[in-house]
Amino acid sequence: MDIALFYFLVLGFSIFMYVLLDGFDLGVGILYPWFNQEGERDHLMRSISHVWDGNETWLVFGGVVLFAAFPAAYAGITSTFYLPIMLMLFALIFRGVAFEYRFKSNTSRPYWDLAFSGGSAVVAFCQGMLLGSLVQGVPEGTNSLSSFHWVTPFSVFTGFAVMAGYALLAACYLFMKSRGRIQQHAATMAKRLLIITVFAMVVVSLWTVLSQVEVRQRWFDNYNFLWLSPLPIVTLLVSFLAWKDLSAHTLNGTYRESRPFWYAATLFLLGFAGLVVGLFPYLIPRQLTFMEAASPDSSLFFLVPGICIFIPLIGAYTLWGYRVFSGKVEDYQEGY
Amino acid sequence: MDIDVAILSRIQFAFTVSFHIIFPSITIGLATLIAIFEGMWLKTHNPYYLQLAKFWIKPFAITFGMGVVSGIVLSYEFGTNFSKFSEITGAVLGPLMAYEVLTAFFMEAGFLGVMLFGWQRVGRKLHYFATLTVMVGTWVSAFWIIVANSWMQTPAGHKIVNGKFEVESWMEVIFNPSMPYRLTHMLMASLITATFVVAGISAYYLLKKQNIPFAKKAMSMCMWFALVLTPLQVYVGDLHGLNVQEHQPTKLAAMEGIWPEEEESVPLLLFAMPNMETETNDYELGIPNLGSLILTHSWDGAVQGLKAVPPEDRPNVPLVFWSFRLMVGIGFGMVAIALFALILRRSGGLYENKAFLSLVTLFTPMGVIAVVAGWYVVEIGRQPWIVYNLVRTSEIVSPLPPERVLFTLIMFVIIYSLLLGVYLYFMRKLIKKGPPSMEALEQQLIGMKAPGYALAWVKSLKEKDNNATVKQGDK
Ligand code: HDD
Ligand code: HEM
Ligand code: HEM
Repeated sequence: MDIALFYFLVLGFSIFMYVLLDGFDLGVGILYPWFNQEGERDHLMRSISHVWDGNETWLVFGGVVLFAAFPAAYAGITSTFYLPIMLMLFALIFRGVAFEYRFKSNTSRPYWDLAFSGGSAVVAFCQGMLLGSLVQGVPEGTNSLSSFHWVTPFSVFTGFAVMAGYALLAACYLFMKSRGRIQQHAATMAKRLLIITVFAMVVVSLWTVLSQVEVRQRWFDNYNFLWLSPLPIVTLLVSFLAWKDLSAHTLNGTYRESRPFWYAATLFLLGFAGLVVGLFPYLIPRQLTFMEAASPDSSLFFLVPGICIFIPLIGAYTLWGYRVFSGKVEDYQEGY
Repeated sequence: MDIDVAILSRIQFAFTVSFHIIFPSITIGLATLIAIFEGMWLKTHNPYYLQLAKFWIKPFAITFGMGVVSGIVLSYEFGTNFSKFSEITGAVLGPLMAYEVLTAFFMEAGFLGVMLFGWQRVGRKLHYFATLTVMVGTWVSAFWIIVANSWMQTPAGHKIVNGKFEVESWMEVIFNPSMPYRLTHMLMASLITATFVVAGISAYYLLKKQNIPFAKKAMSMCMWFALVLTPLQVYVGDLHGLNVQEHQPTKLAAMEGIWPEEEESVPLLLFAMPNMETETNDYELGIPNLGSLILTHSWDGAVQGLKAVPPEDRPNVPLVFWSFRLMVGIGFGMVAIALFALILRRSGGLYENKAFLSLVTLFTPMGVIAVVAGWYVVEIGRQPWIVYNLVRTSEIVSPLPPERVLFTLIMFVIIYSLLLGVYLYFMRKLIKKGPPSMEALEQQLIGMKAPGYALAWVKSLKEKDNNATVKQGDK
C-alpha cells in the first residue's frame, strides 16, 4: 500500500510536470494564429524549439509509469479512450515534425505553420476531453470500448478549458522570453486568458460538485471544506497577483517579467490538487483504485532506485539546459 | 463489419513499429559518427572534421525528430491495441521501459537542445560533452528496449500468478538468453546503417564532383568502418542464429525452410518457395549439407524442423524465410563492398571508380532495409506467440470495434506515407545544399573560440536598439 502510494505520487508528479512544461509549448502553438508577422512566428518557434522534445518526454514517462506501476489502469484507460488518444498522437506527430521542417522550408512554410498550430490545438483539446471524461466516470465493461461516452458537453468544455489554460502558460512564457511588440501582445493576451481560465476553473469545479455525489461528499462532508478552502482562496489570490504583474508592464517600466509564469504554474498546481482531492484514491473513477491496480512489489521496488536517482538528475540537467538558453530569444539565426 | 480486430491491430502495430525503426537505426549510428567527427576535430583541428560534423548534424536532427514522434505512438499503442497484453506483462515490461525513459529518453532530449542549438552558447568541450551524451542516450535506449523485446522472445526469471507475469529475478529477466546477441547485432546494425548512409551520400558527391575533399574524407573513414564492422556482423549474426536454434527451434526451421520433424544433412537453401499447405518447399535450390555444417558444425548434424510442432504453432514461413535471405544477402553485399574498397584503395581508385561509387550510392538505404528485414525475422518468426511459448498473440488484443482500428490504421498509412515523402524531400534538399562553406564555419566559430563573446556583443546591440524603440513607444 505504501509503495503503491509512492507511485501514485510519482504519477501525479509526472502528469503535473507534463502539463506545466508541454503546456507552455503547446500553448505557443495555440497562440500562434495571433502572431501573424513572419518574424514573430520565427521568434515564437525559436523560443521553444530547444525544449519541446524534453517537455514531451514527460508524456512518455507518465505513460510508462502507469504501465509499470498500474498495468490494469494503463490497459483500461488507453483502450477505453482509443480514439481521443490516437487523435492526440496524430496531432503530436504533425506539430513535432513542424519544428524541424518549418525552418528548412520555403514554399511549404504555411503548411508547417498550420501543422504546428493546428496540431498543438488538437493535442490540448484531446487532453482536456480525456480529463473531462475521466472525471465524469467511465462506463463499465465492453461498453466502454465501443461507445462514444467520452463526447459529452462537459468533456467538450474541459477540452476548451485546457486549451485556454495552456495558452495562458504560453502567453506568460512569451512575456518572460521576448521584448518589444511581442511582449506587449503577450501581456494583453495573458490577461484575457487569465480571466477565461479562472472562469473555466470555477465552472468545472461547480459542475463536478453539483453533478457528482462522491465529489460533493469529499468536499463538504465532515467540515472537509474548512481545510480544503485554501485551494479556491489561494487560486483567486494568485490570479489577482498575476493580473497585477501583467498590468504593471503596460502602466510603467517596473515589472518582474518571469513572475506571471510562476503564478500561472501555481494556478495549474492548485487546479490539479483540486482534481486529485476529488478523485483520490481512484485511477479510473469509481472503478479502479491505485491499490487494486498496483503491480506486484517485486516490480515496484525494482524501479524505486531508478526514480530516486534519475528524477533529481533529470531535474538538474533540464535546469542547466534552460540556463544555457536563458534570457530573451534573439532574432538572429543561431545553432546548427 | 467482419474483419477481425486482431488482424487489424497487428497490422497497425507492425506498420507503425516498422516505420519507427527506420529512424533509430539511422540515429544511433549517426550520433556515434557525429561524435567521432567532432572528437577528431577537437583533437586534430582539421576543419574538414568540423565540416563533416556540422553537415551531418542536420540530417541527424530531422531523423531524430521523426524517431521521437513515431516512438511516442508506440509507447501508447501497447495499451490502446493490446490492453490484455499490457495488463499481464506490465509488471515485467513496464519497469524496463520506465528505466528506458529515465536513463535514455530524458538524457537524449535534455542534451539534444544544446547539441543542436548550443554551438554559440557553450564552450567546445561542453558542446562535445552534449554530443557524447546524446550518443550514449541512444545506445542506452536501445539496450532497454531490446531487453524488453528479448524477454518476449526468450522469457526468463518470471513466474505466472493468476494469469499475470511477476518477476522472480530481475537479473534473469534483463540478461535473458537472447538479449546479448540481439543487442550486439542491433547496435552494430545501426552503426553499419549509418556508415552506409554517410558513404552513400559521399559517393554521390564524388560522382557529381562536388565537395570533393569533404566527401573523400567521409568515404575513406566509412570504408574503414565498414571493413571492420561488416565481417564482424556476419560473425555475430551466425552466433545469433545458433542462439535462435537453441531457444526457438521453430523459428529457425522457418528461417531455413526445414519441414521434416527432424532433418539430417540439411542443405543450405539459396532459393525456395516454402509452401504452408503442402508442408514442403517448391522450386528448392540448395547446397547439400552446408546447412548442417553452419547450424551444428558437423557434416550431417540433425536439426528440428517445422513439422515437429502442429500447424497452428508455426509462423508464416515464406515471410520469415525471405526476410532472412534479404538481410543476409545485404550483409554479404556489404562485406563485398568493404573488400572492394580495400582493393581500390591500394590502386588509388577509391574516389574515382565509377562502378564502385555507383554501387555505394545504391547501398545508401540498404542498411535500413536489412534492419527492417531482420526485425521481421525476429517478430514474425516468434508468432503465433507474443511471449514465446507462453502467450498467444490472438489472446491479448483489445476488443475494440474493428471499424475504429481500421480508421486509425488508414490514418497511419496516410500520415506516415506523407511524412516519409516529406522526410525524403528534405533529406534531398539538405544533400543538394551540401556542407557549410569554410567561411561560414569560421564566422560561426567566433562564438566557440571565445564562448559568449560574440553573443554578448550582439546582445548589447540589440538591447540598445530595443530600449530605444520601447521609449519611443511609450511616448
Ligand atoms: C534499437 C533501437 C530501438 C528500438 C527497437 C525501438 N526504439 Fe524507440 N527509439 C530509439 C531506439 C529504439 C531511439 C534511438 O532512442 C529513439 C530514436 C530517435 C529518438 O529520438 O530516440 C527512439 C525514440 C522513441 C520514443 C520517443 C522518445 C523521446 O520522446 O525522446 C519512444 C516513446 C520510443 N522510441 C518507444 C519505442 C517503443 C515502444 C518501441 C518498441 C516497440 C521502440 N521504441 C523500438
Ligand atoms: C523496432 C523494431 C521492430 C520491428 C520492425 C518489429 C516488427 C514487428 C512486426 C512485423 C510484428 C507483427 C508480427 C505479426 O503479427 O505477424 C510485430 C509484433 C509485435 N512486436 Fe515487434 N518489432 C520491433 C520491435 C519490437 C519491440 C522492441 C517490442 C517490445 C518491446 C515489440 C513488441 C511487439 C508486440 C507487442 C507485437 C504484437 C503484435 C503482434 O504480434 O502482431 N516489437 N513487431
Ligand atoms: C550476413 C550476415 C547476417 C546474419 C547471419 C544475420 C543473422 C541474424 C539472425 C539469425 C537474426 C534473427 C534473430 C532472431 O530471430 O531472434 C537477425 C536479426 C537481425 N538482423 Fe541480422 N544477420 C546478418 C546481417 C545483418 C545486417 C547486415 C544487418 C543490418 C545492417 C542486420 C540486422 C538485423 C536486425 C536489426 C535484426 C533484428 C534484431 C536482432 O535480432 O538483433 N543483420 N540477424
